[in-house]
Amino acid sequence: MFGAGGGTSSYREIEETDLVVLWGSNAREAHPIFFHHLLKGLRRGAKMYAVDPRRSTSAQWADAWLGIDVGSDIALANTVGREIIKAGLVNIEFVRRSTTGFDEYAAAVEPFTLAEGERLTGVPASVIADFAHDYARADRAQLCWTLGITEHHTATDNVLALCNLSLLTGHVGRYGSGLVPLRGQNNVQGGGDMGALPNKFPGFQDVEDDAIRAKFDAAWGVTVPAQRGWHLAQMFDAMERGDLRALYVLGENPAQSEADNHRAVRLLEGLDHLVVQDIFLTKTAQLADVVLPAAVAAFESEGTVTSSERRVQRLRPALRPPEGARDDVEILGELARRLGSDWGHPSAEEVWDECRSLSPMHAGMRYDRLEALGGIQWPCPSEDHPGTPFLHGRLWEEDPDRRGRLAPFSPVAFEPPLDELTEEFPVRLTTGRRLDSFNTGVQSGGYASPLRRPETLDLSPEDMAALGLAEGELVEVTSRRGSITVPVHLERSLRPGLAFMTLHFPDQADTNVLTLDTWDPKSGTAEFKATAVRVDRLPEAVGAEPVAEPVAEKLEVG
Amino acid sequence: MDLRTPEAPPTAEERFAVDSVLGPPESGWFGGERTPLDGHVALGGLAKARSRRHLLLPALHAVQEQVGWISLAALGYLCERLDLAPAEAYGVASAYALFTFEPAPPVVVHVCDDVACRAACGGDPTEELAARHGPPGSGTTVTWRPSPCLGHCEHGSAALVQKAGAGGGRASLAPFTAGDMDRLVALGPQVELEDLPVPLALVPQAGAEGSQLRLLRRVGRLDPSSLDAYRAAGGYEGLRRALEMGPSGVIAELEEAKLLGRGGAAFPTGAKWAAVARNPVRPHYFVANADESEPGTFKDRVLLDHDPYALLEALTIAGVTTGAEKGFVYLRGEYPVAAARLEHAAAEARNRGLLGSDVMGSGLRFDLEVRRGAGAYIAGEETALFNSLEGRRPEPRNKPPFPVDRGLFEKPTGVNNVETLLSVLEVLAMGAAAYARQGTPDSTGTRLFCLSGCVARPGLYEVPMGTTLGSLLGLAGGVAEGRSLRAVLLGGAAGSFVGPEDMDLPLSFEGVRAAGTTLGSGVVVVLDDTVDMTAFVGRVARFFRDESCGQCVPCRVGTQRQEEVLGRLVAGRPLGSVGDELALLADLDQVLRDASICGLGQTASSVVTSALRRGLLGNGALSGNGRQP
Amino acid sequence: MTTMAPASTPVALRRNVELTVDGEPVTVPEGSTILEACRAQGIEVPTLCYLETLAPVNVCRVCVVELEGSRALVPSCSRPVAAGMVVHTASERVRTSRRMVLELLASSVDLSTADGDVHRWIDEYGARPERHGPSAPPGDRDHAHAGHHEPPEVGLAATVAQVVKRDNDQYVRDYSKCILCYKCVEACGEEAQNTFAIAVAGRGFDARISTELDVALPDSACVYCGNCIAVCPTGALMFVSEHDLRAQGEWDEDRQEVTRTVCPYCGVGCNLELHVQDNRIVKVTSPLDHDVTSGNLCVKGRFGFEFAQGGG
Repeated sequence: MFGAGGGTSSYREIEETDLVVLWGSNAREAHPIFFHHLLKGLRRGAKMYAVDPRRSTSAQWADAWLGIDVGSDIALANTVGREIIKAGLVNIEFVRRSTTGFDEYAAAVEPFTLAEGERLTGVPASVIADFAHDYARADRAQLCWTLGITEHHTATDNVLALCNLSLLTGHVGRYGSGLVPLRGQNNVQGGGDMGALPNKFPGFQDVEDDAIRAKFDAAWGVTVPAQRGWHLAQMFDAMERGDLRALYVLGENPAQSEADNHRAVRLLEGLDHLVVQDIFLTKTAQLADVVLPAAVAAFESEGTVTSSERRVQRLRPALRPPEGARDDVEILGELARRLGSDWGHPSAEEVWDECRSLSPMHAGMRYDRLEALGGIQWPCPSEDHPGTPFLHGRLWEEDPDRRGRLAPFSPVAFEPPLDELTEEFPVRLTTGRRLDSFNTGVQSGGYASPLRRPETLDLSPEDMAALGLAEGELVEVTSRRGSITVPVHLERSLRPGLAFMTLHFPDQADTNVLTLDTWDPKSGTAEFKATAVRVDRLPEAVGAEPVAEPVAEKLEVG
Repeated sequence: MDLRTPEAPPTAEERFAVDSVLGPPESGWFGGERTPLDGHVALGGLAKARSRRHLLLPALHAVQEQVGWISLAALGYLCERLDLAPAEAYGVASAYALFTFEPAPPVVVHVCDDVACRAACGGDPTEELAARHGPPGSGTTVTWRPSPCLGHCEHGSAALVQKAGAGGGRASLAPFTAGDMDRLVALGPQVELEDLPVPLALVPQAGAEGSQLRLLRRVGRLDPSSLDAYRAAGGYEGLRRALEMGPSGVIAELEEAKLLGRGGAAFPTGAKWAAVARNPVRPHYFVANADESEPGTFKDRVLLDHDPYALLEALTIAGVTTGAEKGFVYLRGEYPVAAARLEHAAAEARNRGLLGSDVMGSGLRFDLEVRRGAGAYIAGEETALFNSLEGRRPEPRNKPPFPVDRGLFEKPTGVNNVETLLSVLEVLAMGAAAYARQGTPDSTGTRLFCLSGCVARPGLYEVPMGTTLGSLLGLAGGVAEGRSLRAVLLGGAAGSFVGPEDMDLPLSFEGVRAAGTTLGSGVVVVLDDTVDMTAFVGRVARFFRDESCGQCVPCRVGTQRQEEVLGRLVAGRPLGSVGDELALLADLDQVLRDASICGLGQTASSVVTSALRRGLLGNGALSGNGRQP
Repeated sequence: MTTMAPASTPVALRRNVELTVDGEPVTVPEGSTILEACRAQGIEVPTLCYLETLAPVNVCRVCVVELEGSRALVPSCSRPVAAGMVVHTASERVRTSRRMVLELLASSVDLSTADGDVHRWIDEYGARPERHGPSAPPGDRDHAHAGHHEPPEVGLAATVAQVVKRDNDQYVRDYSKCILCYKCVEACGEEAQNTFAIAVAGRGFDARISTELDVALPDSACVYCGNCIAVCPTGALMFVSEHDLRAQGEWDEDRQEVTRTVCPYCGVGCNLELHVQDNRIVKVTSPLDHDVTSGNLCVKGRFGFEFAQGGG
């Protein structure tokens, strides 16, 4: 946010806030322990709004659930912004003192009247107005989101649209008020922190900044390329063009996790050389020329990870890795040695200490301090610094020098999802997670979850009835990219015309055959959340035994 | 909340019952038909769920009465409507004796087999029923079950008839004979509850020469449904007076009258009201505790069946004095007549502007609701009562905090029992000074006593505080049929025994305290030499075993162990020596009194201990000191 | 690079309160409980239903102390200190009540897998559960109706013994070992998970932990976070992994090493304590004193470790 790639608040703040907005986040299932903190806030009396096409298990806790049409987030955010302005609820002092570009923003949201907002999002105007007023009036407010915001072709703009609301109301940079993007994996945040981004060194330092690059050149004794690299989607495009011929994949399974994965597999297969370092022989690893078996980071190796509240915490080995599997640091060091550069055999702590010497925001995070304090939240610039529970307090400083760079409003335009609904593809398919499973299931498939049920196409009771489908009946789901066969499941949290699938069981039902790989040019994230599909009953005698009576009959009874 | 409710849909009947309390569902997300709007918005949240949870008990009552039992599907629908977890709702419902979770015959007759009725008939009144109609629970259209005290002790026998379906509800029958059961069985589901005779109130002093009844003066002399009759008899003059005096005036009057609560703890009423009134936290609540369930007690039933407006007036005075705008009458579920008459009276009072937004033209707001218990003695404990009203398990809370600081819905709350509230009317009617001249200097006013058992004229009596036990028994004609007095149970199951030598005991707070006993709720069960004392005391032990809420270890396990020891002693099969068993009882007595959370546990061993001290359990096993082989 | 916000977060200042415990003056912050005051003095007070991460329910009554001026004993776990209080933790009254609480529990509940302290306290306080008689046979407690019970069989001590419930792949519920401390209900409810799959049902000696009408866990709202098991002090709730190793005689805490690491699933950063025996994870807990989890986890963090040891 505003220059730093991390959430602005601590979990504890949501326990003491007055209003919680969960936007495109089903934290109840995807981030259950964060949701505990949120619930403490609700128990203390905080009000909650949920914005989500589904009335998810998270949304069921909300005072008001706003069931927007998939992909209309910017339309809603702009409508809320306009309403806050029209209602005279802008935090004028904060906007004047700490932001730039308000006038342009106000002009950009002007067309988004409440009526227009209702038309674009499906949410009643009065509910949008209540939302706008409550968010602006709250003394403290936390705005949280997850992949419902970022897995769109307008991912970055979606985030900016939400940031604009926090700037309008001053809900950032104060205890209890902030912006909270929840990270989907235990070290997504840490990956970014450590420079696993095309344009960043560790600590979000810009590779295209000569002075910074010079620092790293000097420390490493090499010349770092002066241009940024490719993000994931650009890499696949480069493969398509033939510009990228060799790939080293660490702990990812793009053959199954990428949208439109028929294309992903084709491109991976077309590489000259594919190296995969993983703890599993994933679908991607099966395509590889070389597989480097790795130790399980969380259980078998030493290191650190960073959580969604920017807290760096230590991993410790509890198990001996199986024969042949090695620690990531060891594999990388060995690879460097074979490539002619001897890094020695540094311990994880030594690697970390080097990072601390180069990344000012990590400088104070000695291993023993991480241990003693139960993790430290960045920035932590010195060894006597306690870490930083919330960011951007500077924006509230009276002294312009201490306030630093002002936060810019970013007017964003609304574009509907690219995969249009038509008569041929009338159903909007969106995707998400289930509580007991994780991503493509390679980790979570290993334990006996009493909650687990196979992949289904979840449909509203109305659609089940209209199609004459029975619970568990197999259907063919077709998008503009492909078809899969999957059983259906009645799901009351859905409205007519909205369908839901997870990505957890690609071997059984490969959802990403259907999804669109059009990606956000700014973030490289694909639009997993908005696919147009058609649902067809299979011809008789496919051999599928319906597990229940057709729903139409069931509904009449109820 | 992200609930998982049972998948089976409720029947139309179950849905109707729930909706009759909660109104029609407001959206497809909370039990209604799904509409297109539901696809885009849902209004719920914790605040709303919290604000509706108190409707749980009324909704459970509705299902139980309509259907005769509570199915998983009905529970699920109710939970969907209230945004409440089914496990929690079950936890609450299963703590009450009047709710059942298996299909039951449409007519269930709960037959009292408690201490007063035992004393009256000299044995177990359900033995004959079992012989004629089979064991409890048998029968397909009509069945019977033994019940703890139903509050008709002066009749010596009683039943509560519960009928499901159309025309269903509850009705009391007292006295109740095996012949009545024969007729009910013959009628089956055709029985019309309104055809059953309303039990009489026995107030033997009424109209008697020289008796100067105060609290009881209207009982039996007014049409209990007529507000005008109540006003013609001086009703609502107390409220007018209270409004004229203002809160500080009323409180000063109560303090000067030295009115002490009639609930057992004898807490000064004026001080309690003052503490609520001055608490800055808002809103305030006031609760009338009419959950009279102490075995041997029936005074609330008599007062509320026959003088319902008096309680409403007194509660209104309490409300306007303590700054409470909302009051509750928590009435035990076994009093269907009182429930109907109170509801009717409240509607009349509201209609005449005596409840509502402008009480008697004063500009003050006060209204009340009548809520019914569902068969749980513990709900009469004031903090358990709050939990019950809130739709939680009727478990007592730890004190402090006390209700005046944090009571109902966590807000400052006044709570008094019926007799105390009605005494407030007397204070206002006669003035503090005159009121204080009645009774003794430390126990002012009059007191109600529920006389039952082996007494010539059982009934509800009113005498000045300090009247001796002997004179009270004299008023009631002494022991029935001229037999000799063995003991008197004073104060109910939580009380203790006194004997023939205690006839000079002054029935005042200080008098009984000095004698190491209690007035409790005014229970006086007279026991002659024909009563089977071991069975009688065993019934008390069983009562506490049944009525413990189960929250704290001393009471949950201690009441079970107490019943077991008693059983062994009665059977003459002690573990080790009798002395060992008596030591065990003494230990149980101590942990119950010292470490239980609430007054139920703290008094659960009182009768047993008292009976042993007085040697009422006979000489058999207890006198032996030899070890069993 | 972001400039730093003030690191401090609002913390209310607390005044100190002075009281007397066992004749010694003690000063603790306002709002502390008597239990905390005792512990600050190094005085051991037994507790069963108390856990520092849960609001005290003060139901077990084993922590009672004598407070001068109070008619009954008071639960130290929940009673806040007040200036001038005089507290006795070892008086005869206190010892008798603690002894009886332990005796009542030990005579009615299978404490064979309870925390070691419980057995030490039973000895130290001289509880004699056997004097209540031999145990009655197991009963059907799930259908007990409030306000009705069969007369006890003369000479036998009723217990909470019943059939073990095993209706899913991860949990075993042996309510013969349940002391009804309410911790699991609190952890499943408002204090942490807010799922409310279980509640206390019934009343008196028949009170029990139950789903709605005792439906099996897979038919209940349970989400298998294991937070109930984590707080259970007696082993009534147990992970299948531990239960089965115990049944095979293989469970050996002396051979286990506990390592703290971070959960490999979502980005919340929950700390895990991996209990490893013979290079296999046999149980996963979370530290109570870490403010991200306060001891709680979700189903993935709790059970989703099999991938690291050849599962899946």
